[in-house]
Amino acid sequence: MTTLAPVMDRSIASRLVRSKADQRRARTDRMMRGFSLAAAIACVIPLAAVIIFVTINGLGGLNLDLLTKPPRALGTGGGAASAILGSLQMIPLATLVAVPVGVLGAVYVAEFSGRRSADAIRFAADVLVGIPSILVGIFVFTFLVLPFKQFNAFAGSMALALLMVPVIMRTTEEILRLVPGTLREASLALGIPMWRTVLSVVLRTGLTGILTGVMLAVARAFGETAPLLFTALGSRLVNVGDFAKPMDALPIFIYVNARQPYPVLNQQAWGAALLLLIVVLTINILVRARSWGRRAA
Amino acid sequence: MAAPSAAPRRLTGRSGGLPDRLFRSASGLAAIGVTLLIIAIGVMLALNSTEAFGKFGLGFITNTVWDPVAEVFGALPYIVGTLLSSAIALVIAAPIGILTAIFLAELAPRRLSIPLTFLIELLAAIPSVVFGLWGVFVLSPFLGSTVDPFLIRILGWIPIFAGPSYGIGLFSAGIILAIMVLPTIVAISREVISSVPDSQREAMAALGATRWEIVRRAVLPFARSGIIGAVILGLGRALGETMAVTMVIGNAQDLPTSIFDQSQTIASKIATTFNEASIGIQTSSLIALGFILLVITIGLNVLARLLVRRVTAGERRT
Repeated sequence: MTTLAPVMDRSIASRLVRSKADQRRARTDRMMRGFSLAAAIACVIPLAAVIIFVTINGLGGLNLDLLTKPPRALGTGGGAASAILGSLQMIPLATLVAVPVGVLGAVYVAEFSGRRSADAIRFAADVLVGIPSILVGIFVFTFLVLPFKQFNAFAGSMALALLMVPVIMRTTEEILRLVPGTLREASLALGIPMWRTVLSVVLRTGLTGILTGVMLAVARAFGETAPLLFTALGSRLVNVGDFAKPMDALPIFIYVNARQPYPVLNQQAWGAALLLLIVVLTINILVRARSWGRRAA
Repeated sequence: MAAPSAAPRRLTGRSGGLPDRLFRSASGLAAIGVTLLIIAIGVMLALNSTEAFGKFGLGFITNTVWDPVAEVFGALPYIVGTLLSSAIALVIAAPIGILTAIFLAELAPRRLSIPLTFLIELLAAIPSVVFGLWGVFVLSPFLGSTVDPFLIRILGWIPIFAGPSYGIGLFSAGIILAIMVLPTIVAISREVISSVPDSQREAMAALGATRWEIVRRAVLPFARSGIIGAVILGLGRALGETMAVTMVIGNAQDLPTSIFDQSQTIASKIATTFNEASIGIQTSSLIALGFILLVITIGLNVLARLLVRRVTAGERRT
């Protein structure tokens, strides 16, 4: 953070600065400050536009039917129960797989590995985050769909888990690096073995931060569509508990219904989008407000 | 960020009992698994695309026909669609994103920069499919009825700006992508700019420079490679973005000649046709498309991370 004193108080500057060249410099300064403020505002406009339009168009569609009824024959109403239940099954399973792998990976990087390999693994996780999620979908398709000749919810969960792991790993590792070394030394000095030191001292200390990372990964998984297209596929049937069969998810429901020529279904897409937006933004705001408050303080 | 009271010590010493060794191996396995995953994805895509590359060779990249009936597959329209939509996105998002990062890191008072940063993080959290829905029903009709006709009237004499516009198409996809990559460009650029040492700014200030001159002459030259990295990371995101683009780009097969044409990107082509493709040369061709996309995005990501690291490495603590 910069802590420079104001370089040029405007009122003093205007009295001191005389020459044409200096006036031009001051003008450029004001102009570029104006531009950068305008750019920052321009970044926020799409956020406002999306939230406003999804709310306006979604309120009509977000009702009890949408939340509780399964989809019916094309164009005749029904709801998104299949999608809501699908997301609520696939995401917990994905989280259950991704959290241990992500956290353990982070523990290795932060606690055990040498600096070189830590750098390499960190780099790999960053690159993995950058791989298009649709390719992860194809990857999982070849291993978990093709052999069984059946799109299935388990494959969907695993695709989501693959996307969550590097995110959880990176955030957890950042947190673990903030845990003071003295805590580790104190624990080890008491004769507590390394694995218990990590589990009940290091991870315990970083718990809130780790949960933050996990929740952000969960929020991201809620909105992921592309990796599910070739794995869980989506379905118009309510599927509870059968992970060997196709399953619907909220984002797939939005995608499919947005492409239908029936206004009723478009309306459902908006309703589901509002629901998804509420879930994702609520998680993000709750989780980030914490660190935001810390930064402000 | 507060500095830790003592630098964390790595627990690298010789470990004692069996549980320790097991724990260590398990965590090592998880970490190495993540690294191997990238290789596995690459190998899988490469193996499954050999049939397509074997049959069409480099012609796969330069051929413009995609005909499942004749079993002739060429990727050029999708490669062009991908590059053009991302280029439009960057032309819009790079200047706005960099200026915003400068504003947040250098110019804005804290009570403004903190909430703005928060809002831009929220923008990054909005799911792609929601952007797509908004793009189809709100943005594209708006562009098609107001912005596009205006641009065509003014710039229409340049071939790539020729009309007509249907709202949905490359330009619409480019704008959606610009919105989606903005948070990436802003966040990384801001991090890079913040890591420029204060001594650089103070030296300029001591010479009587204005705030903007400090940014222009001291901060930006120092941060340049990192900012380029941030833009490249944005590009990587734009190239691979799937759902929003699939919904607004029009899914047309032909090589685009104007930025208002309907088109198809690599990712949107895969998204819309993979499930209907018959196993064999068609699926292999789609996976070959994916392989091209993977090579481009990994290449860009590695390049970008190295550039960013060059600037921020100085302030690393561990």
